[in-house]
Amino acid sequence: MRHGAAHARLLGGLALLVLAGFAGSLALGPVAIDLGDALGAIFGNGPEALRLILLEIRLPRAILALAIGAGLGISGAALQGYLRNPLAEPGVVGISATGALGAVIVFYFGLARAFPLALPLGGLAGAAIGVWLVYALAGRGGSTATLILAGVAVNALAGALTALALSLAPSPYATLEIIQWMLGALTDRSMTHVWLALPFIVAGVLILATLARGLDALTLGEDAAASLGVDLAGLRLRLVLGTALAVGAATAVAGVIGFVGLVVPHLLRGRVGYRPGALLVASALGGAALTLIADLAARLILTDREINLGVLTALIGAPFFLALVLQSRRSEP
Amino acid sequence: MTRLAASDITVTLGARAALAGVSAAVETGELVGLIGPNGAGKTTLLRALAGLVAPDAGTVTLDQRPLAMIGRRDRARRLGYLPQDGTIHWALPVQDVVLMGRLPHLGAWDRAGAPDRAIAASAMEALDIADLAARPATRLSGGEKARVLLARALAGAPEILLADEPVAGLDPYHRLEVMEHLAALAAIGTGGAGTGVVVVLHDLALAARFCRRLVLLDKGRIAAEGAPAEVLTAARLATVYRIEALTGRHDGADYVLPWKRVPPR
Repeated sequence: MRHGAAHARLLGGLALLVLAGFAGSLALGPVAIDLGDALGAIFGNGPEALRLILLEIRLPRAILALAIGAGLGISGAALQGYLRNPLAEPGVVGISATGALGAVIVFYFGLARAFPLALPLGGLAGAAIGVWLVYALAGRGGSTATLILAGVAVNALAGALTALALSLAPSPYATLEIIQWMLGALTDRSMTHVWLALPFIVAGVLILATLARGLDALTLGEDAAASLGVDLAGLRLRLVLGTALAVGAATAVAGVIGFVGLVVPHLLRGRVGYRPGALLVASALGGAALTLIADLAARLILTDREINLGVLTALIGAPFFLALVLQSRRSEP
Repeated sequence: MTRLAASDITVTLGARAALAGVSAAVETGELVGLIGPNGAGKTTLLRALAGLVAPDAGTVTLDQRPLAMIGRRDRARRLGYLPQDGTIHWALPVQDVVLMGRLPHLGAWDRAGAPDRAIAASAMEALDIADLAARPATRLSGGEKARVLLARALAGAPEILLADEPVAGLDPYHRLEVMEHLAALAAIGTGGAGTGVVVVLHDLALAARFCRRLVLLDKGRIAAEGAPAEVLTAARLATVYRIEALTGRHDGADYVLPWKRVPPR
């Protein structure tokens, strides 16, 4: 069981990284807080100002970064395994954009004020439509070119409709809010956002984690997987549902945070022996760690203001994506 | 003794009837060659036998039980399927690819254990690829990949193996090698009892040389069935394949050597 021991070590290391990122997210910011004081404040004693900063600002932000990163990481790994293509990712193929569109529509019609759960549900419905579109356009062993074209089409459609909402926005405030969704950020999120998104993301991550064996078998193609006893229709349904839950809820509260699901599985694939099933949980942990660290960077790089988290991940992820496209062009003559 | 049989099945793909009233069967211990020109319905018949496509009419039965009534995992354990498209999509080590053959034998949450690894190792041993165990599966030559995929199927220890053109793209040496393995599998099997093997072939020389029984498909129907010499007659080669061939016997087996096209009438 050499696999087993090495895999356990990898997951342990990633979990430690998540823990460090989470602690850093609590301790670091415009006001640096000693970690011991931070824990003390969270669990009930300490100065009121400190409690306020931690419970109202930093804790929800850290929880959201962890959950959203895990959701994006595992969604990327699951999409890549299912489509058998290392370039599949919620942002690249447009699922994040349709999720954001769903949230924007809910917001635009003022549904969120009347019924707070409408926000994650809108994101979820949008993301589900996005996954279906991508599957319909590029599902059956489609080539990289087909997948990228599908992503361009879905992104363009979602972008156009979001732009429509933007141009018809009733007030400058609404315009600003919609732009925030397109840029993606974790600034000023409260525990309300956590409770709106967390249950959906957790459910999505758990559903996606059950895909491991089916994705392993899909390495040999759909017919071989089916002949090995994999229920392909059930697998597809769980993929759509899990991705919609994880990405939809994440996008509904934080906007579009791209490329986490692309970069993380790519970095970890070799370390799990290229097994798409083993990549799932590893990518959830890796995504959580990366998002926590990226969010820390987003608030620390500039001293007088914050960079949007979505902008930062895009700045890192897009060149990465270009390199991967070049690489796949070389291997696919 | 296991018997997998298609009786009077019709499969429609889109508007076209890929199979129209086809009956065919395979039993443990025999190597059956499924032959016919391009588009005759060979792959569709094999997929129907594997339970991957449900016939629109007729039934496929495994030991008299309709395939549709047999659970997915049970079916996967008893029927092995080697698809024509042998792409291995990720750079997994060869041993992990072979180990996938054990998936139907694992419980929902089990990992492959020592016995599964031993079975996978002996399948690799049998196909002489033990030294490839750690090689990334995306970096294999055609002959190596064919053996790795066959080892994957053997690791599942199926009662019936359905192989779709396992020798496509291989040189003569490796064609003979794969066919010898399939013949041995039919005769000896993986665990003492012989395995029933259906193999789709375009190479008529191999079909005549290795299969005791051939099923010839043409335009979705069975054109002939029986021993190679009965099936591959000059008249049928002319009408079904539109070729002329040199035929004869050597070393106790028939041979067929496609020689020239029959000009269209």
